[in-house]
Amino acid sequence: MSQSNSTGSTRNMLYQRHTLAIRVMHWINVIAFILLLMSGLQIFNAHPALNWGKSSYNGQAPLLQMGALRDTQGQLVGVTQIFGHTFDTTGVLGVSADANGLPSARGFPAWITVPGAQWLSMGRRWHFFFAWLLVINGVAYLLYALASRHLTRDLTPTRRDWRSLGQSIKDHVRFRHPRGDEAKRYNILQKLAYLSVILGLFPLVIVAGLAMSPGLNALLPGWIDIFGGRQSARTVHFIAAWALVAFVFIHVFEVIISGLWNNLRSMITGRYRVPAQEIDHGKN
Amino acid sequence: MVKIESGRRRFLGRILATSGSLLLAGCDRLSQTEWFPQVLSSAEKLTQAAQKLIVPRSAMAQEFSPADISPEFRSNGTSNPNNPVYQALAADGFMDYRLKISGLVEHPAMYSLAELKALPSRSQITRHDCVEGWSAIGKWQGVQLSQLLARAQPQANARYAVFYCADPMDARGTTYYYESIDLDEANHPQTLLAYALNDAPLPIKNGAPIRLRVERQLGYKMAKYVMEIKLVDSFADIAGGKGGYWEDRGYEWFAGI
Repeated sequence: MSQSNSTGSTRNMLYQRHTLAIRVMHWINVIAFILLLMSGLQIFNAHPALNWGKSSYNGQAPLLQMGALRDTQGQLVGVTQIFGHTFDTTGVLGVSADANGLPSARGFPAWITVPGAQWLSMGRRWHFFFAWLLVINGVAYLLYALASRHLTRDLTPTRRDWRSLGQSIKDHVRFRHPRGDEAKRYNILQKLAYLSVILGLFPLVIVAGLAMSPGLNALLPGWIDIFGGRQSARTVHFIAAWALVAFVFIHVFEVIISGLWNNLRSMITGRYRVPAQEIDHGKN
Repeated sequence: MVKIESGRRRFLGRILATSGSLLLAGCDRLSQTEWFPQVLSSAEKLTQAAQKLIVPRSAMAQEFSPADISPEFRSNGTSNPNNPVYQALAADGFMDYRLKISGLVEHPAMYSLAELKALPSRSQITRHDCVEGWSAIGKWQGVQLSQLLARAQPQANARYAVFYCADPMDARGTTYYYESIDLDEANHPQTLLAYALNDAPLPIKNGAPIRLRVERQLGYKMAKYVMEIKLVDSFADIAGGKGGYWEDRGYEWFAGI
């Protein structure tokens, strides 16, 4: 096995990384998730507080609450309370600029909600439409991933992956990315991140969302107590949505630092250029 | 190298900011069109069909224990109808109140509050879910609507029960709150005309003398200050034609989600 040979042959090699189905479903998911997040924050703004338990009025203070006060000069001040601690969040949470640039009382600011103005009924329409899209797309993805063996072949960690866990963490912290043949497969942290999103956070955010439906509550009375009640489910839905946002930030960060255009192309045309093998300096 | 990097970063930042504001402006513009919200609303039909499919018609909403009851049952929307007729009824302890049952029924009727209270009643501790996102738990007591419908005998073409309320929704008193449910929902065992909350007469802020309970849907379906129940085959000709005050303002008629 000749090192220089394999380097030469992989330098300019474009290989088909993502199938058409995966690419289409990935971008549908991107659109649906962004719009669900933004319309979800619009809905949250109708009652910008999170409680734990079966109801919002159970004698316990909310875990999180956003509100507006007037200071001595009569100016609106945005106030956010988290676990009993109060923060001045004017400009972002509690009070932010409306369409005319004037301070207005609202939970999340207009630039992160759909629609921008406070409009609960329209926010709900957007939310439920894209919720259906996300769920149908997600189910199609799971069926495809099972049938095409994408889930077992590409995403399930092998024993070798598990052994590389420590090294992979070190590599990620130092922003080093696999090259050559190793770049053709997902590393262990990638696999774990994708699996926890596909099989963990997305199902969680969906089920917690469905738990808020009074109609579906009647399906099996009491089933939503797995979350601790409807208001707990609402809180879980909120936290899971932001956990997905955290995943997106890490995902996009890794996409950028490991070769933005190459990664983007692989999710658009499917073709990925395998980075050439590094010359071994004998460090390993 | 550094220069290229920072230039690229600025470029990326600009792309993100531009696409972000385009997205927002696009969504806002789409929301204002006639056709796009209609496309979005196709999901409502899907939701309703899916829930009809998996939730049995008679499935019961969750009921709670007395320990779960909210210390104070929040009042939302109208808390005291600005209506002289209503105020006169309230001043008298609703002695002269008459609930009217009309429309597509064989036996139209009028019930005084005392007559309603004399009928067999049902009590239930249920959770009230507001479309805004909050929930409150209360104990409701009242007459099952199915009892009144059985006495009135709906005609074969009756499809919806429409609830006309005493609370004006504008200063001039030209628009009144109203709601509608289908007859499956109307005949559900937990669908009540409630006259008591937490073992006390229903307070005015919560809808005295009669408030509808539809436990598998959101709070705005549960009309307060109900004066008349009319059975109809269609609500297209009533007010905005969407079946309720909030429905006429863009909210879903099917509020099971």
